[in-house]
Amino acid sequence: MPQLRMTGRGLWITALIVPPLAFVALFIVYPIVSAFAYAFFDWQGLRRLDFVGLENFHTVLFVEPYRSWTINAFKNNVIVFFALMVLQNGLGFILAYALWRELPGARFHRIAVFLPVVLSTIIVAYLFKLFYHPLFGVVNITLKGIGLGWLAQPWLGQSGTALGSIIVAQAWHMVGFPTLVFLAGMQRIPGEILDAVRMETESEWVKITKIVWPLVAPSATIVFTLLFVGAFNWFELPYIMGGLDGSPFGSTDVLGLYFYRTAFGNVSAGQQDFGLGSALAVLIFIFIAIVAGVITTRLRAREIQL
Amino acid sequence: MSAAATNYYDRKGLFATLGRDGMLQIILIANTVLMLAPIIIMVFSAFKTTPEIFKSPFGIPDFTQVANFVKIWTETNFLRYLLNSFVVTGASMVLILTLGTMAAYALGRYAFTGSSFILMFFLAGLTLPLKLAIIPLFMLMRDLSILNNQLSLIFVYTAMGLPTTVFIMTGFIRSLPNELEDAARMDGASEARIMWAIMLPLVRPAMVIAGIQNVVPIWNDFFFPLVFIQNDSLKTLPQGLTTFMGEYTTDWGVLFSGLTLSAAPIILIYIVLSKQFIAGMTSGAVK
Repeated sequence: MPQLRMTGRGLWITALIVPPLAFVALFIVYPIVSAFAYAFFDWQGLRRLDFVGLENFHTVLFVEPYRSWTINAFKNNVIVFFALMVLQNGLGFILAYALWRELPGARFHRIAVFLPVVLSTIIVAYLFKLFYHPLFGVVNITLKGIGLGWLAQPWLGQSGTALGSIIVAQAWHMVGFPTLVFLAGMQRIPGEILDAVRMETESEWVKITKIVWPLVAPSATIVFTLLFVGAFNWFELPYIMGGLDGSPFGSTDVLGLYFYRTAFGNVSAGQQDFGLGSALAVLIFIFIAIVAGVITTRLRAREIQL
Repeated sequence: MSAAATNYYDRKGLFATLGRDGMLQIILIANTVLMLAPIIIMVFSAFKTTPEIFKSPFGIPDFTQVANFVKIWTETNFLRYLLNSFVVTGASMVLILTLGTMAAYALGRYAFTGSSFILMFFLAGLTLPLKLAIIPLFMLMRDLSILNNQLSLIFVYTAMGLPTTVFIMTGFIRSLPNELEDAARMDGASEARIMWAIMLPLVRPAMVIAGIQNVVPIWNDFFFPLVFIQNDSLKTLPQGLTTFMGEYTTDWGVLFSGLTLSAAPIILIYIVLSKQFIAGMTSGAVK
């Protein structure tokens, strides 16, 4: 009888676990494993041809024009990452600190700062595209209105300002996320520690750098890692605001666009190459995995257990 | 002496506090203005004609003037896109919560060989950027003959949502007490009955968190429809928006009302449930 009951329970557990497991295996694990295999073959359209070893990797890294495209897109991703570290995570930390004081209106400010986060990136992209319009966009109209008309320019239309303008839109969209993660970290700091600090020092700066910052290290680890992964997967905003080719002149091209363009072709060129696309995907994947791993372990090491 | 000293420090403290809090309050107000201004300009512009937008972009419009919305309602596929988004998001959420609860219940309530390995398998999906596997996914959907079919989206979203859901819910289910379950088992209730009637009502709070964390990215997703869906009548809202924005490039009034209409559902729900949204969307990053 107990034996029978055990098999019954075994069946029950199997019935519970197999369907969800099948979904993850078929639509996540299998495609990711396949992406690695695809990169070692030559492809013609949707047809897989010969095994070519590392040739696709060699092409995207060392053969022109792919080489320049890869380097340019990678360089832009690095810029995006560091700019957002300041604009998104840095500002997020300051806002979290301000919200943590529970000043009058803090609840409202908290809801406002997170509001853009729930919007679709596509909405944000089009909204800012309209705002950056050279003639009728509110950015230039505002600049002219406050006597800074000489600063008005075609923000998305010139190489020097296009990427920066898209980064600002991204920071507006997502700054609420690190803000509230940092805020949650600050709210977990025990009151006794803060009281003790208040006895020791009057300086706000010492309090932030010596107490708050080290104690929110777990939050920092998470938002830095997520920003890194996000910055090197960046796609939607530059796709809508700069176009699939990273206009103007590749100044807004990033790895996500470049990968998509290589894999599925673009309207003008119309060529698609699954082999080169997969090689790029594998390289980006490995790069993200290694760096995110290093960032996480490095930052974890400085976390303090409360 | 000590009283005077306390007094002195108190006064200094008060002054410092007011100065510092004043500065922090200014930062917060400035930031809130920056956060809300684009959304307010968007909504205001939705009620203006294009010449009005060009002439006074910040002016308060006549809110009874809804010609732009009528145009969207009657001339575009907007309603279709909205409906498609509801269908795809709804179906994905039902699958995610059902399958996620099943897996989490098995992992959190029973000890069996391989359970920690299976949990690891689910968690591996948490960190992998699935965008990079889009080529094999595209081929897989073609082999399953569901390219240009919303099932492709529903399946991918379900698989993407399961790792976080299993992660959040396993922890929660594990923390539930054993007494109720043991008592029911004594009374001879079946395992399925115990799960359905006794345990499931208790896991609702975790389901809300897991649900919100997944519903926002699914509702907003653009990348997978871009690759899987070609047919205009099957497009979801973010993807349909790109078609729509391309058709009306010069009619700014219609563009802004299209953006406003797309943003409205999620903004309204967020305003009502902001606490749950913030908790849900940051739950993966907050221990």
